Amino acid sequence: MSTLLEVSGVSVTFDGFRAINNLSFQIGNAELRAVIGPNGAGKTTFMDIVTGETRPDEGRVIWGEKSVSLLRMSEAKIAQAGIGRKFQKPTVFEDQTVQENLLMALKNKRGWLGALFYRPLAGDLDKVRELATEIGLKDELTRKSGELSHGQKQWLEIGMLLAQEPRLLLVDEPAAGMTPQEREHTTDLLVQAAKSRAVVVVEHDMEFVRRLNCKVTVLHEGSVLAEGSLDHVTSNQDVIDVYLGR
Amino acid sequence: MDRSFVAKNPSVLVFLAILSLFALGVTVLSEGFGIGVISTSFVKTLGKALCLCLIAVAMDLVWGFTGILSLGHFAFFGLGGYMIGMWLMYERTRLIVVDSLAQADIPPTSAEVVDAIGTQIFGVVGSSEFPFIWAFSHSLTLQLILIVLVPGLLALIFGWLAFRSRVTGVYLSILTQAMTLALALYLFQNDSGLRGNNGLSGLQNLPGVTASQDVVSIWFFWASALALGMGYMLAAWIVSGKFGSVIRGIRDNEARVRFLGYSVEVYKLAVFTLTACIAAIAGALYYPQAGIINPEEMAPIASIYLAVWVAIGGRGRLYGAVIGAAFVSLLSTWFTGGQAPDIPLGFYTIKWVDWWQVLLGVSFVLVTLFAPQGIGGLFDLLSNRHHPDRHGSNLGPDDGALREKEAS
Amino acid sequence: MLRLFLAGLAILCACLTANAQEAGLQPLLQEHQATISKSSRKTIKPAIDAIAASGLPQAQAMLETWVAKDMWMRKSDGLFFAGEKADGAYVLTDFDTGEVVGSFEKSDLKQLKPNSGVRAMIATALVQFQLTDPSRSKRAAALQSIQRDPDGTLLEPLRASIDDEPDADLKAQKQRLERLLTIGYEADTAARVAAIKEMSGDLSVDVRAALNPLVVTKRQAAVEVPTEANVTVLLEPGSEALSKADAYDLLVASDLAAPLISADDIRAALAANIDGDRVGDIPVAQLNIDVARTQAYAALAEAGVAPALITQADIDAALGAHVFFETYAEPSPEVTAVAEKALEQIELKVGVNQMLDLTLDAISLASIYFLAAIGLAITFGVMGVINMAHGEFIMMGAYTGYVVQQFILDHTLSIIVAIPMAFAVTFAMGVAMERLVIRWLYARPLETLLATFGISIALQQLAKNIFGTQARPLTAPGWLDGAWVLNDVVSISYIRIAIFVLALIFLGLFLYIMKRTRLGLEMRAVTQNPRMAGSMGINPGRVNMLTFGLGSGIAGIAGVAIGLFAKVTSDLGNDYIVQSFMTVVVGGVGNIWGALAGAGMIGFLQKGIEWMNPSNTLAAQTYMIIFIIIFIQFRPRGIIALKGRAAGD
Repeated sequence: MSTLLEVSGVSVTFDGFRAINNLSFQIGNAELRAVIGPNGAGKTTFMDIVTGETRPDEGRVIWGEKSVSLLRMSEAKIAQAGIGRKFQKPTVFEDQTVQENLLMALKNKRGWLGALFYRPLAGDLDKVRELATEIGLKDELTRKSGELSHGQKQWLEIGMLLAQEPRLLLVDEPAAGMTPQEREHTTDLLVQAAKSRAVVVVEHDMEFVRRLNCKVTVLHEGSVLAEGSLDHVTSNQDVIDVYLGR
Repeated sequence: MDRSFVAKNPSVLVFLAILSLFALGVTVLSEGFGIGVISTSFVKTLGKALCLCLIAVAMDLVWGFTGILSLGHFAFFGLGGYMIGMWLMYERTRLIVVDSLAQADIPPTSAEVVDAIGTQIFGVVGSSEFPFIWAFSHSLTLQLILIVLVPGLLALIFGWLAFRSRVTGVYLSILTQAMTLALALYLFQNDSGLRGNNGLSGLQNLPGVTASQDVVSIWFFWASALALGMGYMLAAWIVSGKFGSVIRGIRDNEARVRFLGYSVEVYKLAVFTLTACIAAIAGALYYPQAGIINPEEMAPIASIYLAVWVAIGGRGRLYGAVIGAAFVSLLSTWFTGGQAPDIPLGFYTIKWVDWWQVLLGVSFVLVTLFAPQGIGGLFDLLSNRHHPDRHGSNLGPDDGALREKEAS
Repeated sequence: MLRLFLAGLAILCACLTANAQEAGLQPLLQEHQATISKSSRKTIKPAIDAIAASGLPQAQAMLETWVAKDMWMRKSDGLFFAGEKADGAYVLTDFDTGEVVGSFEKSDLKQLKPNSGVRAMIATALVQFQLTDPSRSKRAAALQSIQRDPDGTLLEPLRASIDDEPDADLKAQKQRLERLLTIGYEADTAARVAAIKEMSGDLSVDVRAALNPLVVTKRQAAVEVPTEANVTVLLEPGSEALSKADAYDLLVASDLAAPLISADDIRAALAANIDGDRVGDIPVAQLNIDVARTQAYAALAEAGVAPALITQADIDAALGAHVFFETYAEPSPEVTAVAEKALEQIELKVGVNQMLDLTLDAISLASIYFLAAIGLAITFGVMGVINMAHGEFIMMGAYTGYVVQQFILDHTLSIIVAIPMAFAVTFAMGVAMERLVIRWLYARPLETLLATFGISIALQQLAKNIFGTQARPLTAPGWLDGAWVLNDVVSISYIRIAIFVLALIFLGLFLYIMKRTRLGLEMRAVTQNPRMAGSMGINPGRVNMLTFGLGSGIAGIAGVAIGLFAKVTSDLGNDYIVQSFMTVVVGGVGNIWGALAGAGMIGFLQKGIEWMNPSNTLAAQTYMIIFIIIFIQFRPRGIIALKGRAAGD
């Protein structure tokens, strides 16, 4: 299994506080990975670094077969290279319809002239319908996404991510605030997605992580504490200390 | 494709129909072509209002749709006016000078003609040399190109600097205001090459045209109506497609658009520059009807008024901007022109010339507080449309914190 | 020199004709009777010199009478008297004896009315008497008149008066003036050189005024360099210092060459020689290009009806035949060399002092910006609320000061009252605005901007309606008038010092409130997390209200300070609002030190640009704003930036 993303020796300091401390992390193609850790472990900052929001003080972030460094690229360029990100709270464009949201995310030319003269082709509309079916929003295409329920918004966002056809998906607490049925659907979506691409899920809920049934990375104070199957890490003494010992 | 565009946007059709009817009506009632019910000066006022509607459409694109509260678009408007004004003034002065020199015994050389024009135009600022920025003023074609080129280029450079450093929100507004102030102060100088605070004057006279102002005013009225119609169509077309989707996305959540892989800066720059060009065209049509342009017109306050019009009309919808600009500017003309009746209170008489600004300021606060949708919101009441409660960025500090994520 | 010689001769004569003294002034006056009675600037000099040199004590009184147009001539015998009008007639008094001669009708008399030129000469002659006058104020006035209008003839009387000067202060002044006059008018070169050297460390304007005429140069052209001239430099035509055109113009001006035929001359000559529809065989209609005109003119010149054109060859020949050089007006090379050197030294010193003065100016400007921006640093910087009406709060503060002065006439007391009053008014206004408008818009900064702008235009117009459009005076107390003068170059007005001190006080006050008081703590808590603060028993609404009120109140006090030196008008706030925001943005939001740094940078920048281009303050502001826009490229968060996730990373 070849490496898709390699983060090595990365550190970030905010005003003297080390949010990320010599973090190293790897993920291959078509792999599902859960990242857990207590609050302030640096999970969100880690995502910020990969997506270009935050520039690390030191370290390397290498991407893809051609081993490009992501550190010099803008957020948009990184997204175009194939990294999609889902935020903790659902962030869809509430003033626009579900279809508009999905069309915007659809993998197409991102330039402004391209967007100006773009008119949806039949193929694009088919793809949107297909995605909507997958995320269970087939009947809501013409509704404004602001009118959707919380769970539907989450799915719409996942649908937008899938429409981007990224090679790596970063998902931040996707199950927060969902009903058990919605969670199940979300798990299915993520597992399905991980068949053809790498998916990194940040999550607090152990039950949810267990259902994902994948390799787990535990972060603590900005670096990796343990890595392995869920059973392996939960039996690790350090992890028990960090989660329960305080 | 065009049919489907109009079909999808019936409001455009409605707008164009109303605009054409209005133009026709004014023509029939005018002194130049019709029965003379509407005075020529009022035709000019209406024509100017149409130009203000056009710049309001541009402002709505950049603010209502893209979320950039630019306090600098009147600077582009003024620059457009200056560009056409340079040709008008040069050409008219040239005709006068050639006429007067033809009386002399010896026919003038071209250098003598140019010198005489220079003395005529710049005598008021104690100079007779043509500054280099007047290099193209002899040619109508070149100067027409400059109308969009100069403001467009300024917008491009300023926008590139501002967006590149990710200045957003109120910071960007203040920066655009500073740009406007800098430009206005620069033009106030006598050696700016544009006659300092005298500005350019006599622009209402079209060189070589013998028709009376009654007729010329209708020409400009038509041109303004045409420009507004085309500008409205263009704006409606822009916001209807994916580009529109993206810029509205930028307005609502810039970071999210960025993570979708769109280069937010480029889109903002495109909108900013395009709207600057539209504003400049509006200015180029406005000032020949106003007759005079000076740096006072470009003071930061003018751009803020522009934002006021759009806000009162209802931003985020193009017809709202048009309604706002037309309504407030005409009302303002009515009040400040002294036509509005005074209100005697017994101990004090409210003179609207003095109190109109107060009324405007207060009503503006009220609109912001109680009717953020503006006048355009009334149409929603009619169609019973409900707006989703948009919220801003989810990044940064907690919900409810006063400090929104800005300037990043 | 000649004048000095004459003056010396006159003194000599006076000594020799001692018997004339005994006879008094009248014989002397009679000697010059013709010139005095028909006084003209050109001829009167010997008469005045003689009177001044007579050494008679009554001469001063006589000259003063003359200047005051109170001297009369009796027509019957041509004698001169002081006349005074009484009962329709004139009472004449003898100059020598001081006795009344009698009363005469106007028709018997002739009033002497010296014109202004003559009066100036008399006044100069009077100065030497006044220099030794018993009254101190008269002596001081005499010194001033010399300073205003220095003249070589005054050097000797001035020197003579120094030793007997009882007042130490005046004596020093006299000595200094003597040095300055020596530089300009002394005959002896060595003495002048010594005087120049002595004064070369002095920064005063009068020293430079005395030295500058010595080194004035004049461009000249001649066949060869005259031997007696004090030549500075030889110039080569066509060099950078002297273009060929300028050199030729110089020749024309010195009548050494024929003037060039200009395009206008050609045109005039052509117009004067139109023959039918042709000039010099060329149709008039074709004369609209330069080549045709030249051709036609050449034809005219050949026919002898117009002077020939000056060709480039003519010009070169003329330039080659002459030398061009600059000479000093002052003939002595020794003096000019020393003067140049002294001026150079002074210039250097002046330069250093100017930098100092500029720095003081910049600091004072910075403290004005800081004062204007400090309220904003609270409302915008700490709370994150943009208040476009901030400028109007400044204006309201200034108007409050003005209103208070209408009731309390003592300026010192009124300012002391005005400051808390202004704070109270704008605090109340700020609180009202926060409660009524801003608190509904906390999550919508752009709409806050627009709503507060609406308030701003309403307040401006209200002020216009109440106070009118003309500027209202807010007068500073007397003890703030004047300036602290270090020397002729460096000075700073007391008002600016007061504003600087006020800015310092505010800085301290702000730091104290934010760091040491309960309100400051609550303020910071509410800004960072209102819900959390709320759950800890802080009332966020109350704290926001107080914070906004505080920021507005400080703007009001700043308004009183600004009103003291600026005109109080309804658009006073406009002048400061953009600069204030720039100050806060450039400095870094949310940090008082940022506002300080921002004010410092903008103040120094503006003064620096003004110094480079002093004629144009408008351009200075333009360039400053452009600089700030570029500066924000490199430091988008300002000079002092908050880092970390809290700032939105």
